[in-house]
Amino acid sequence: MSKLRVLIVDDSSVMRKIVERSLRQAGLDLGEVLEAGNGAEALAEVNKGRFDLILSDINMPAMDGLEFLKNLAKVESAKGTPVVMITTEGSEARVVEALSVGAKGYIRKPFTPEQVKERVTPLLGGGQ
Amino acid sequence: MSQTMRKTMGKTMETHVQLDPHWKGILECSAIEVFGMMANAELGVMAEQPEQPQGEQTAMVGLAGALCGMITIRCNKETAQKLATQMLGEDAKSNRSMVGDALGELCNMVAGNFKSKITSLADHCMLSVPTVIWGEDYVMQTVQPNSGFQIALACEGLPVWFSLVTHS
Repeated sequence: MSKLRVLIVDDSSVMRKIVERSLRQAGLDLGEVLEAGNGAEALAEVNKGRFDLILSDINMPAMDGLEFLKNLAKVESAKGTPVVMITTEGSEARVVEALSVGAKGYIRKPFTPEQVKERVTPLLGGGQ
Repeated sequence: MSQTMRKTMGKTMETHVQLDPHWKGILECSAIEVFGMMANAELGVMAEQPEQPQGEQTAMVGLAGALCGMITIRCNKETAQKLATQMLGEDAKSNRSMVGDALGELCNMVAGNFKSKITSLADHCMLSVPTVIWGEDYVMQTVQPNSGFQIALACEGLPVWFSLVTHS
């Protein structure tokens, strides 16, 4: 399988770096890893090219993770791209809402690279 | 503001939760979990509890809704640098902004983890974005009446202070 093209969406630049580092520590074969600071920026990236995996925060300014998911569903080229939500929230309601509008899974902070691998690997098309 | 946020804020205005002394153990547990999982840093009990929080780096996250107040983390520069390096890699050590952001993110996760462990806060309390203070010469004053507690945990022998101050 070719290297994974991944989009990480979070308003915290530190968290974006931590997520990328965790993916690498989890042993995923990463290719290009792009970052976006909110849902609107993420949509712009999605419209430019296809990703194998998207990891997104829920609470973000401008366009939050739930709005991003709803808009992503309208992008034909993003159909089939798994989106995993990353959240600090204790709010079950927001996680449930994210899953109901297209997220394939979620990771709650704090997390270990092993937990990231556990959640993400089943969503990838073999080989990882 | 999204519909979800409006609903959440509506809910938070309904009840005000009073500080519970048992939360000290929950905050300690949250800190140990977050530091261990996200920064690969083991926090332990201080052999001797220092009297006053000290250190050049402070991160704080505000709480609003069912509980109003603030959670802070304070430590010295070397500890903050070490934590940032373990979270982000060697580049972070010499990058002041990354060191501050890393401590801020740890504080955000400790606060999030803390509230998620308390049913009455989980869905009813919101967090602000983290703020970081550089320097030691400051006094933090919270509007009266207030209550709270602080804990010092050891990170490789050096103290890291965690505090919760609530406006009651």
